[in-house]
Amino acid sequence: MKDPVPNVPDAKPPAGEAFVWFTSVGLVLGLTMVAALVGVIVLNGAKAFWPAAIERAELADGRVLLGPLVQERLKPGTPPAAGLLERQYQIGLREQNGQSFAWIDASAVRSSSLPPGALALERMENGAAFLLPAELRLAGGSRLAASDPAFLSRLESLIASVAERRERLAEVEKVRIGRINTELQRVKVGLRKAADLGTPDAELKAEAARLDADYQLLAAEARSLRDGFPADVLAGTDGAGRPLEFPVASLVRAWEPNRLGLGGKLALAASRAWEFVSAEPREANTEGGVLPALFGTFAMTVLMSALVTPFGVVAAIYLREYARQGAVLRMVRISVNNLAGVPSIVFGVFGLGFFVYVLGGNLDRLLFADELRYNNNTPVLGTGGLLWASLTLALMTLPVVIVATEEALSAVPRGMREASLACGASKWQTIREILLPASAPGILTGVILAMARGAGEVAPLMIVGVVKLAPTLPIDGEFPFLHMDRKFMHLGFHIYDLGFQSPDSDAARPMVFASTLLLLLLVLFLNLGAIAIRNRLRERYKTSAF
Amino acid sequence: MTTSPTRIQVNPSVPGDGRPDYIRIQDYGFWYGAKKALDAITLDIPERQVTAFIGPSGCGKSTLLRNLNRMNDLIDAVRHEGDITVGGRSIYDPTVEVISLRRRVGMVFQKSNPFPKSIYENVVYSLRVAGVSDRDILDETCESSLRRAALWDEVKDRLQDSALGLSGGQMQRLCIARAIANQPEILLMDEPCSALDPIATGKIEELIHHLKAQFTIVIVTHSMQQAARVSDRTAFFYLGKLVEADRTEKIFMNPAQSQTEAYISGRFG
Ligand SMILES: Nc1ncnc2c1ncn2[C@@H]1O[C@H](COP(=O)(O)OP(=O)(O)OP(=O)(O)O)[C@@H](O)[C@H]1O
Ligand SMILES: [Mg+2]
Repeated sequence: MKDPVPNVPDAKPPAGEAFVWFTSVGLVLGLTMVAALVGVIVLNGAKAFWPAAIERAELADGRVLLGPLVQERLKPGTPPAAGLLERQYQIGLREQNGQSFAWIDASAVRSSSLPPGALALERMENGAAFLLPAELRLAGGSRLAASDPAFLSRLESLIASVAERRERLAEVEKVRIGRINTELQRVKVGLRKAADLGTPDAELKAEAARLDADYQLLAAEARSLRDGFPADVLAGTDGAGRPLEFPVASLVRAWEPNRLGLGGKLALAASRAWEFVSAEPREANTEGGVLPALFGTFAMTVLMSALVTPFGVVAAIYLREYARQGAVLRMVRISVNNLAGVPSIVFGVFGLGFFVYVLGGNLDRLLFADELRYNNNTPVLGTGGLLWASLTLALMTLPVVIVATEEALSAVPRGMREASLACGASKWQTIREILLPASAPGILTGVILAMARGAGEVAPLMIVGVVKLAPTLPIDGEFPFLHMDRKFMHLGFHIYDLGFQSPDSDAARPMVFASTLLLLLLVLFLNLGAIAIRNRLRERYKTSAF
Repeated sequence: MTTSPTRIQVNPSVPGDGRPDYIRIQDYGFWYGAKKALDAITLDIPERQVTAFIGPSGCGKSTLLRNLNRMNDLIDAVRHEGDITVGGRSIYDPTVEVISLRRRVGMVFQKSNPFPKSIYENVVYSLRVAGVSDRDILDETCESSLRRAALWDEVKDRLQDSALGLSGGQMQRLCIARAIANQPEILLMDEPCSALDPIATGKIEELIHHLKAQFTIVIVTHSMQQAARVSDRTAFFYLGKLVEADRTEKIFMNPAQSQTEAYISGRFG
């Protein structure tokens, strides 16, 4: 007898189950891309500081290279099957070699070795250098051979004393002379004004003379510091045995990578990474640190957030709580949302046209009329600067904050509003006491998104105040401490400038990645800060889960 | 909201009318957009008594209650006709501020809605928004309100804790304490016990008993037993109309309308 209903196991999974896979694929793709992006940046960024081993490679044509092997790859334009490889060496000594990197056919390398005493140098100018050291010719006339066990520590202590002197020189030249120059500028403007109006100027002249005397003193101090750099010389040979000489005064750092253990390499990498974040840039930004750019990005992002938050919140309160809901309001909302999609360069152009020229120009005419008139029309606020850049980005990120605030306000339970009004609170009291605290976490989410967008923006900044090299930080010890009219440096622009504008792009590449990594870390740090605040607010104002 | 030109005067033949805690509703109609939710309601709510609104769901009990402190002003496109007076003055009188009306007419909602603030700040909220900042007054009000709401003993040691950590029943009593903190004359309660267990409900009913010595109380309820237990007067609504309003014993023992009897005995609604 046949069973009328065959007992077949249910082969199909429950309906809808397939979408678990479908949706998770989306997440996995996203995560993979993020991980790959961060991985590439971290790896390449770390390379910038890692003390790679120095290779001595003898080539078939008789040349000898000395320097770290950077990469090996399939020779472009050859079939992969042929297996022709080429290698990139960092050879340094840009002033001799014309460039600091060289591509060599792998087959042209006859033999290679890792000479244990090979020395890597970071110099004030012309980038890195690699040599086989012979001796230190000390200023006193004595010599210290490279084979001497005290050789490296002596070299390092000499470099340290040079660095210290350099710092003192910078203090005198940049800070103290800079301060006098600012004063002098002010006095000069006063003098020109006095001459123009025919008012007595004896006092000003006396002040100018006094400042000039101060200046002469400082200049003499700077000169003596500059002349006092030690005359010690580091001598050695390149890979082929040709003699090389480097004045110790031109060196920044020296290390023997082939003798360093893992711990030593790590310590050296950490110290170079620290220099990177804490020092001023050198050599058209391709060497040294990025402190001004790091600080500029930080200051601009914080200032931007401080500007955009109140504007956005107030606008959203009006839109959500006060404005009559209707067709006009819908149009306004659509416009605000579309503003978020406008390319950022458009905001830059607007910032230049409105903030810098109109607003800044008129403020100059109002507040700094003397400077304009008696200082060759030099604008103070009528030119790009930290304030205008922050305002421009604040405008750009305004829609994000408005939308987030509106969402947060509308998510406050209606019962809470009614309860407040039923207690006899006015509308404004309800907003201030109940709605804003309850929607603070949502508002902060908006600020976080705005910050992330603002910190990574480059295009609009290039026309409203970011420069390749700013002579001074926008913050210092002089009133009003935060100089919002100054031009500043920015990590995003720094990356663009290094990657696309630098003459030696191979040399700049590790710096590009290191700067990118730093920018990512800065955004992460700012976001974590905002998230921590948000979580505390959430804890405090979490709505009833009744 | 359009304002009706018909203003009612104090009726000298009604002993309580004109007292600040006396409510009179006269020919009152109310629309949500095109939908008429209340139709020609005429009802007196005397002072220092508990008046219960009963009726099937959607008949307009909440609508009427929320009109007594003009809570429905918040909704777009509403309209009314007729008039309501509190203490002899129309609530729509342009010289009466909504805020001062709401200070005199407190409200407790069906779903308890404590603010995400401390218990203390919840209770004194109405004083704070009225501009009271004297610490002694606030402390004293907080304690006396919580005592009257029968919550003091449970929370006196954690006044600064978040109100959201209370149980559902405690939250509702906190909302009652908040509503009575600034000494209103009238207390409106919209199904205050619908989310509570029998013990919490019992506490709140007991509370209503005590409170009616000081306040005029209007309570919306779906529980016939509750209406019978707590109220002095009962008003029965059906489809936006007031069918019958009288002393509670009369409504439950001997209603004048057959509709009322059918509803009370559970034959519909
Ligand atoms: N905000 C609103 N917009 C439009 N119509 C509404 C609104 N609130 C209530 N109504 C309508 O008004 C009528 C009366 O509603 P109301 O809330 O007063 O009823 P109720 O008697 O309180 O009912 P329940 O016992 O279920 O709470 C219902 O038909 C309802 O659909
Ligand atoms: Mg209701």
